[in-house]
Amino acid sequence: MSQSFEEISAQLKKRHRRSARMKWMTMGALILSAAFLVVFISDMVVRGWPAFQQAQIQTEVSYNEQSQKLPLAAVDEDVRPLISRGFFRPLPRRMENNPALMGTTQTQWVIADSRVDQYLKGNEDRLRPADKETLQALVEEGRAELKFNTTFFTTGDSKMPELAGIASAAIGTVMTMLVTMAVCFPIGVMTAVYLEEFAPDNKLTQIIEININNLAAVPSILFGLLGLAIYISFFGVPRSSPLVGGLTLALMTLPVIIISTRAALRSVPDSIRHAAFGVGCSRWQVVRDHVLPVSLPGILTGSIIGLAQAMGETAPLIIVGMVAFIPDASISITGASTVMPAQIFTWASEPNSAFAEKTAGGILVLLAVLIFLNALAVWLRNKFERRW
Amino acid sequence: MNDTTLQNFQTQQDSPTASESAVRTSYNEAPTPNKGQPVTRNESVEENLSVRVRDLSLWYGEHQALDDISIDIFANTVTALIGPSGCGKSTFLRCLNRMNDLISSVSIKGLVEMDGHDVNARGMDEVALRRRVGMVFQKPNPFPKSIYENVAYAPRMHDMVSRKADQDELVERALRDAGLWNEVKDKLHEPGTSLSGGQQQRLCIARAIAVRPDVILMDEPTSALDPISTATIEDLMDKLKKDFTIVTVTHNMQQAARVADYTAFFHLGEMIEYNATKQMFANPHTKKAEDYITGRYG
Repeated sequence: MSQSFEEISAQLKKRHRRSARMKWMTMGALILSAAFLVVFISDMVVRGWPAFQQAQIQTEVSYNEQSQKLPLAAVDEDVRPLISRGFFRPLPRRMENNPALMGTTQTQWVIADSRVDQYLKGNEDRLRPADKETLQALVEEGRAELKFNTTFFTTGDSKMPELAGIASAAIGTVMTMLVTMAVCFPIGVMTAVYLEEFAPDNKLTQIIEININNLAAVPSILFGLLGLAIYISFFGVPRSSPLVGGLTLALMTLPVIIISTRAALRSVPDSIRHAAFGVGCSRWQVVRDHVLPVSLPGILTGSIIGLAQAMGETAPLIIVGMVAFIPDASISITGASTVMPAQIFTWASEPNSAFAEKTAGGILVLLAVLIFLNALAVWLRNKFERRW
Repeated sequence: MNDTTLQNFQTQQDSPTASESAVRTSYNEAPTPNKGQPVTRNESVEENLSVRVRDLSLWYGEHQALDDISIDIFANTVTALIGPSGCGKSTFLRCLNRMNDLISSVSIKGLVEMDGHDVNARGMDEVALRRRVGMVFQKPNPFPKSIYENVAYAPRMHDMVSRKADQDELVERALRDAGLWNEVKDKLHEPGTSLSGGQQQRLCIARAIAVRPDVILMDEPTSALDPISTATIEDLMDKLKKDFTIVTVTHNMQQAARVADYTAFFHLGEMIEYNATKQMFANPHTKKAEDYITGRYG
């Protein structure tokens, strides 16, 4: 005896209710994670935005022999405490380099002390009452205001917050990433090509495969120890250099690149390989002319994501000495250098509130670079995909 | 074809050890492959030997897929390999250009001789062999490149052409021979996969003949195509045998009857009967071949 529609519908009601419940639960999970992301990013923007602004003061600067000997004499005594020491220090040299300045008095915007900066941003009030009055007067005259902080993007670290910038760390990151990429992209891709296209399927290759997968899950700080032991202690690579940092990060990124390249190679249909073998290609010709071009977008995507991960890494770099106070950017790959996440780490441990905003600002720059890299990965994938 | 018999047959294929022997005993009355019997030759044309196969056996690991196959394939003919699924006809075909080398568990015994050389010999380079024995696959598989590049790639790789003009000429000739030129001459630089299934298969044929091989292997070349494309490919095979030796696997007995000069019937890894197609279809020597041809199973 078969069931009527009414009977079946009665049973179905419960199943449909369960579907609806699951739908709401899964959607809730999505909303929750989206909310986390929004809160995190907006908090970073709110905290980090002030780092992109810097108080500046318009004042008369007199370039003469007295100020060459005693740079503080270049500006009026009452404005003097409001101006960054970082402005005075290079004055004598500027005059030496530019003799035309000698004997002139110029009205210009100069960088303010971080106490002024923080006061104008409403963060903390460490100014003396007399200086505060002077500053008030300047603000009313429009001679003291927050301007876009170019210093942050053009200098290295400094003990004076108003002079500290992300530039040398950014250059260090670029150098380190170049080393990492130069080492792990060719080695990783070739390893994957061997394992996927040439190696016989036996116990040994299976053991290698399992261990490569395990390597991808090893805590990154262990790679730092390995880098210290091998590169610095054994090979004598200079500590704190982009070379040692890049090589250490290459160790960490290698398994990621191998795994993603293998996945990309495996997704190439065998019919393409058979077609190529059928017309008399050697194994390498099959790989070079047919398999690699098709799998290139996947390989690039995986490699860029691996590099982006390495770019945000701090732990292994602490061990090889890249978390350090580096005021000047070094262009050489063997010079002392630091990277962006390490710079953020250094700022985060400063008690001064002016450095707190630098920390958040640095995170924003790092996030922007990472988002750019991921966008590049997506773009590359779309550009090379389905070109047949 | 009866569905139930087909299913039964496939179940037997899945468990070869028990059922295989059962099937064999049920056909005990049938004679063994016609090694002793002469193959009826087509008298109208003079035919030369192209590939000589003697006592060829092949194992996938422990499982024997081919059992003592001996066959002569004549030049400038179409030879069809027929038989039920899993009978080893595709495996046999792939022995002729050593595509089975790609599977690591395969072991081969016996002789496949072409032009006086044992193709399985240590000194034989499989790349050189595949240069002389081209292949067309079941599913059209053009390279993910342009139509032009699909054809030009292999000749360039084998250093058959040096000048661009030679290459253009060779591409045109191969596409003409494959009967595709008029359809694609205005879009040579569009992707090969933009063509229809039947055109893609003819592109694969053009790709195979572009290197001027001696033998072209076709592994069920029309099984993924519609009837009209199938007819086009069959006509093409008939034309191509003037220049090439064609060995084709087919599931379709009418196709074998239409295009093949010789037909070999495979069953469970053995070659049961091999003869001129007319002879085979009109008067099969063996009971198994007769049953298959008349549609009792398969």
